Amino acid sequence: MTQRLDHAPPKVPLLHDPRFRGIVYQVALCIIIGFLAYAAVDNAATNLERARIATGFDFWNHTAGFEISQTLIFYAADVSTYGRAFLVGLLNTLLVAILGVILATILGFIIGISRLSPNFLVSRLAGGYVELIRNIPLLLQLLFWYNAVLKTLPNIRESVTLPGSIFLNNRGLFFPRPDVVGGGATGYALLAGLLAAAVFLVIVRPRVPRLSGGGTATAVTAALVLLPPLVAVVVSDVHFVFERPEFGRFSLRGGVEILPEFVALLAGLVIYTASFIAEAVRAGLSSVPKGQTEAALALGLRRGATLRLVIMPQAMRVIIPPLTNQYLNLTKNSSLAVAIGYPDLVQVFTGTVLNNTGQAIEVVTITMAVYLALSLATSLLMNWYNARRALVER
Amino acid sequence: MMQDAADARSSSVAYVRTAPSAPMEPPMAERGIVRWVRENLFSSVLSSVLTVLVIALLIWVVPPLLKFLVFDAVWSGTDREACLVTPDRPEVGACWAFIRAWFPFFVYGPYPVDERWRVDVFFALLAFGIAWLLWLDAPRRDLGAAFFFIALPIISFVLLSGFPMIGLETVDTALWGGVLVTLVVASVGIVVSLPIGILLALGRRAEMPAVRLFSVIFIEFVRGVPLITMLFMASVMLPLFVPPAFSPDKLLRALVGITLFSSAYMAEVVRAGLQSIPKGQYEAAQALGLGYWRMLGLIILPQALKVTIPNIVNNTIALFKDTTLVFIVGIFDFLRTIEIARVDPRWATPVTSFTGYAFAALCYFVACYSMSRYARGIEHRLGAAERR
Repeated sequence: MTQRLDHAPPKVPLLHDPRFRGIVYQVALCIIIGFLAYAAVDNAATNLERARIATGFDFWNHTAGFEISQTLIFYAADVSTYGRAFLVGLLNTLLVAILGVILATILGFIIGISRLSPNFLVSRLAGGYVELIRNIPLLLQLLFWYNAVLKTLPNIRESVTLPGSIFLNNRGLFFPRPDVVGGGATGYALLAGLLAAAVFLVIVRPRVPRLSGGGTATAVTAALVLLPPLVAVVVSDVHFVFERPEFGRFSLRGGVEILPEFVALLAGLVIYTASFIAEAVRAGLSSVPKGQTEAALALGLRRGATLRLVIMPQAMRVIIPPLTNQYLNLTKNSSLAVAIGYPDLVQVFTGTVLNNTGQAIEVVTITMAVYLALSLATSLLMNWYNARRALVER
Repeated sequence: MMQDAADARSSSVAYVRTAPSAPMEPPMAERGIVRWVRENLFSSVLSSVLTVLVIALLIWVVPPLLKFLVFDAVWSGTDREACLVTPDRPEVGACWAFIRAWFPFFVYGPYPVDERWRVDVFFALLAFGIAWLLWLDAPRRDLGAAFFFIALPIISFVLLSGFPMIGLETVDTALWGGVLVTLVVASVGIVVSLPIGILLALGRRAEMPAVRLFSVIFIEFVRGVPLITMLFMASVMLPLFVPPAFSPDKLLRALVGITLFSSAYMAEVVRAGLQSIPKGQYEAAQALGLGYWRMLGLIILPQALKVTIPNIVNNTIALFKDTTLVFIVGIFDFLRTIEIARVDPRWATPVTSFTGYAFAALCYFVACYSMSRYARGIEHRLGAAERR
């Protein structure tokens, strides 16, 4: 007698069925979260009504009425709106973040490479830098640069004067602003050059196999971009007029003014982030097998060329993901500006605008959304770059 | 035979050496310190230039710094007069007298003087708990974990904020400050965020889509925004979301913000640990008939958390440095007490700010550096099992 094995699976009580349990847990979780959200919204409505705080985004178009110390676009306290103030803060954040990312990358790579230097002193110095900077809170470093270094510079009357009408004092760094006169054609020429380069990269290069790799394509692109404006500069009569800073009654007027808050924030962010980038670079370089260096040296490449042509391209695959993280951290850390009074997004919007309007929910939500968008944009960009760099395997 | 040959040679030749001579020393340039210097400091032109530059930099920075911090420093005094430049003392270094005068404030903040022994007891209990937890060979580490994660928070709360029924006066959290607040924020952050982080990590790896979705949204949202905005959210939005009767005090709001922030990062670290556990471990546990929670508690988490310890410690370092940010929402943490003290007119001198920051930097550095050494030690020890 053979027994038939295709009988139905044993009946499991409903309560012990993993699928049924899973559904119950999820429904319970949704109910709890839904209830919490409902309670929060309900409480918020009552609390706001009792405190007589307006809701909605109407404040966006109201006149701001406060000054901002650094504005990259036109802004005036008596005519500009809160929306404009938001934009000013956002641009200031982007300015410090972009400059910070560039400078921190340069400094971080120098220090990361130095840590693996055969020179004992250089590698120890780089190691000491990383250990010291990584273990001190960024906020403390920012306060140090701002209060203990930049604020102890001489006041305006006793400014440090450098040749070329450059003044350094505790209100910032002042230098002449170059104004271009008669350069209308240059802009158009640059535009034409960019267009030509785009045409070359998109249409010509894929069709000419000789250009697919190597430096030729880069050189042609650079020439296409740079030559037309250069020609335009030479042909038309372009010259610079410098607007020099002048001593007013209480301050320096005219020229370009760089706030000490900006310098302190940038210096702090760059120095702090560079120490983390250096660690990422060191880890990446160490991940390339020693045989690669030896093979390159055996082929007769110099040390510098070995690093540039053989080691770095392979190390970059390991370096890029943590590097992306550090760029995101730098952008997020730029919000510490609020502690030293640099008018970034958080200081202007979450600080002053929130205090003036009292609309905490709207203001904090917008700020968070901006940082989320910035994070997302940075990681998309870096993922795209990483995908281009990734090992192409057959 | 040999002896004969040697005799024959010695008789026919004027002089023959019979014993081998001692090997010659390598040339000076190839041994000892000279060789080390040549190889490590002057191996190429570039290296030589860099060596000279670094030495110049060290000479430029280190002696003046030592002079400022130690030799010219003022170690005792009662007010700013001690740290001012006088004709018979043209150079004044760091004003350590200022640190000594303000030291109790740095440690306790405005906590009432008569009740400060309670803070000392808290410090001692915390140190005991940390030592028990971090010393991997300590006896009964399960008891240690229970002490740190369950008993310590309750005892500390009763001790610090007071419990009139057993004779401890209530001390409002507005009076807490200094190192006390820094340690409270850091330890609450770690004690609360670790369990939440583990739950979130499990949620992110769960097979239930709703659970996974909520976990992913929470983790990615928190990791995408700066801590400051989380603190602002906690300090200005949280009071709006709860009935006025339960409105949390300032410190509690900051704690909520920093804990939520830290748990998202903790979740990612724990997730990495969970991913390192082979699937066979889960299958073996299920084959033994263990349910989900017992499988996690007895098989998976002990292994996953062990490999995660270095990363948890690294996260703790980051959290410890981040506690300084509560300063911005108006909490008297250690850095804030330094900021308050350094603008005190009684101690206003050109060197006061610098001294205050140097002291704070030293404290944070010692704390963070020892934690990172510990993490590296653990990593080495865990690696030893792999290297066998």
